[in-house]
Amino acid sequence: MPAQVVTTENVTKIYGKKEAAFTALDGVNIEIRAGETVAIVGKSGSGKSTLMHLLALLDRPTSGSIQIGSKDASKLSAKQLDMIRNKTFGFVFQQFFLNGNDTALNNVTLPLKIAGMSKKARNQRGMEMLEAVELEDKAESKANDLSGGQKQRVVIARALANNPKLIFADEPTGNLDTKTGKIIENLLFNLNKKKGITLVIVTHDTDLAARCHRQIFIEDGRIVRGGKR
Amino acid sequence: MKLIDIIRDANSNLLRSKARTILTIIAIFIGALTLTVTNGIGSGVSKYIDQQLGNLGAEDVIVVQPQADDSFGSGPQKYEEAETGTSSNSGFGLLIPMMNDQDIQEITAVSGVVSAEPMLTPAPDYIVGPNNEKYQMLAQPFISGTNLELASGVLPDNESGENQLTLPFDHTPVIGFSSPEEAVGKTVAIGITTAAGEQKEVEATVVGVQEKSLVDLGGANTNDALTRNLAAVQSEGKPASAPEGYLAVIARVDVDTSSDEMERIKSDLRDRGYEAQTFQDTIGIFKQVVGAIIAVLNFFAVIALVAASFGIVNTLLMAVQERTKEIGLMKAMGLGRGKIFLLFSIEAILLGFWGSLLGSLAGIGIGLAANQYASSTFLKDLPGFSLTSFSPISVAVIMLIIMLIAFIAGTLPARRASRKHPIEALRYE
Repeated sequence: MPAQVVTTENVTKIYGKKEAAFTALDGVNIEIRAGETVAIVGKSGSGKSTLMHLLALLDRPTSGSIQIGSKDASKLSAKQLDMIRNKTFGFVFQQFFLNGNDTALNNVTLPLKIAGMSKKARNQRGMEMLEAVELEDKAESKANDLSGGQKQRVVIARALANNPKLIFADEPTGNLDTKTGKIIENLLFNLNKKKGITLVIVTHDTDLAARCHRQIFIEDGRIVRGGKR
Repeated sequence: MKLIDIIRDANSNLLRSKARTILTIIAIFIGALTLTVTNGIGSGVSKYIDQQLGNLGAEDVIVVQPQADDSFGSGPQKYEEAETGTSSNSGFGLLIPMMNDQDIQEITAVSGVVSAEPMLTPAPDYIVGPNNEKYQMLAQPFISGTNLELASGVLPDNESGENQLTLPFDHTPVIGFSSPEEAVGKTVAIGITTAAGEQKEVEATVVGVQEKSLVDLGGANTNDALTRNLAAVQSEGKPASAPEGYLAVIARVDVDTSSDEMERIKSDLRDRGYEAQTFQDTIGIFKQVVGAIIAVLNFFAVIALVAASFGIVNTLLMAVQERTKEIGLMKAMGLGRGKIFLLFSIEAILLGFWGSLLGSLAGIGIGLAANQYASSTFLKDLPGFSLTSFSPISVAVIMLIIMLIAFIAGTLPARRASRKHPIEALRYE
C-alpha cells in the first residue's frame, strides 16, 4: 500500500465573518496516496477549488488539520510551506497563468529560477521539459503567440520542471477544444504512469474524472463520496 | 531566487512599460540634475574661497587690534595719558586707538601666542617702473605662511635682507613690463613721504606677480625688509616727543593649534581688551552666505525629489496591480514574501539609480559647459575660479541619497505586493 501524500482531517474553511460568513468547506476528510490519480468532482461553487487550494498549501483551513507526508501543515513555517510547494508540487491551471510577453522557455524555468538554480542549468532543464511536451521548437516563442493547446503544454512543462511528486491540475482541459483536451489529458496520465507522479485533478468534466483511479465528489462543501479509499 | 535573477527581473519589469518608467525617471532626473548642479556650484565656490583664504593669510596668524569702544554718539571719551598707547588722529576727526610695546608684551603673555610683532603699515605714495612714470600704489606687508597665487615668480622672502615685493597682475603692464615673467627680478622705485614732509624713493626687487583674485585688496606685497625700510623712511624727521604706535599687532600661534585652542586664545585676547581676528574669521561670513544660498537651492532640489518619489510610488502601485496574477503565481510556486518585497524594492532603487545617474551626468555636463562659458565671460577676471566643481564622492553621495529616497518610496508598493495572497492569482475572474 503506497503512503499517503496528503490527508485532511475534519477540514473546514469559512470565508468572511459573522453574518457574512460563508462555509466553503465543512468537515472534509480525504486522503491522497502516492502514485494515484484523483479527480475532485463538483459543480461550480461546490468548494472543489477551495479544497485544492488547501491541499496545495496555498491557504490555511479555518479548522481541522492537513497532513503533508508525515508533517502537520499548520506546524510548518511560511518558508517551509514555500519550499514544499516549490520542490514537490506542480501546478496546472485552466487559465494557464503564463507570462505572455516572456518566452516559453522562461515560463517553464520560472519554478527553477525561484528555487535559485543558475541560468544555464535551468535553461537546460527547461529545454528537456519542453522536449517532453514536444514543444522544443517553440522555446523562444512568446507565450502569447502560442495556441491554447501549446500554452497548456508549456504549463505542464513548467509543472514538471522541478520534478514534482504531485501535480495539481485545476480544470486542465477547461479552456481547450475536445481534441486538444484529449492530448493534454493523455500527457498528464502518461506522467502518472511513467513517472509515478500523483495527480489531483479538479474538474466538472465527468469523462476526465472517469479516467482517474478515484473520484471525490463534493457538494456544498461536503464530501459526498470517494474521500478515502 | 538568486539576487542576480531578482535584479535582472526587476530591470526587465521596468522595461515592460517603457513610457511609464521613462516618465518616472525624468522626474527623478530633474531632482538629481538640480542637486548635482547646486552642489557643483557650492563646491566650486567654496573651493575658490578656500584658495583665496590661502591668499588672505596664514592659518597661524591672529590680527590683534584694540577693542573698539561702543562710544559712538555718547560724546568724546576721557583722554588717558599714554596708558594703552596713543591715539592717532586719522584725519576724519576720528580717534583710532594705537598700540605700543606694552601691548605687544601683554599679547605675548597670552598662553598659546608664540610671538607678536607690530603690523607696520607704511603708506607709499607711488611706484616707478621701466617707463619712468609715477603711479599710485597700495602696499601691504607680506605675512609668512600666506599662500598668494602667483602668475610668475616666487613669494616675497621675509628672512631676506633684500627689499622684495610682489606686484598685482594689473600693475605690471601699466608701469612698463611687457609680461608678468619679464617683471620678475627687475627693480622698481617706491616713493614715500617722510614725517618731515620730504618725498624719498626706496628701491625694491620684484620677485613675483600676483594673480587676480576676488579677495585681494589689490596691493603689492612687501617683504619684512622692505616694510621696515619704508616705515623707517616714513618716520624720518618725526619729532622725538611723538609717540611710536601701530594700528595692529600680528600675533602668531603654533601651526598645529586646534580650532578649540584658537577660540580660547581669541577669547583670552578679548578679555584683555583686544579685538582678535583670524583670516578665517574675516572670510567666514562670505562662506556662510554662499552656504545659505546653496542650502536653499538644495532644498528646492529635495522638494523636486520628494515630488518624484510620489511618482515612484504611483508607478510601482500600478505595476503591483497589473502583476497581481504574476505575483500570486510566483508565490504559489514557492517565492517567499521577502523576495517579492525585494523584487519591487529593487525596481524602485533601479528607478532611482537610472534617474540619478542620468541626472548627475547631465548636471556634470551642464556644469562643465558653464565653467567653459563663465571662464571666458563673466569670470574672466578671476583666474582659478571654476564656477562648478564635482567630486566623484559627492556625486556618489547624491546618487545614494536618491536611491535611498526611491527605496523608501518603493516600500509601500513592495509591501503591498509581498502581502498579496497566492490564491488571488488562481481565482478565475
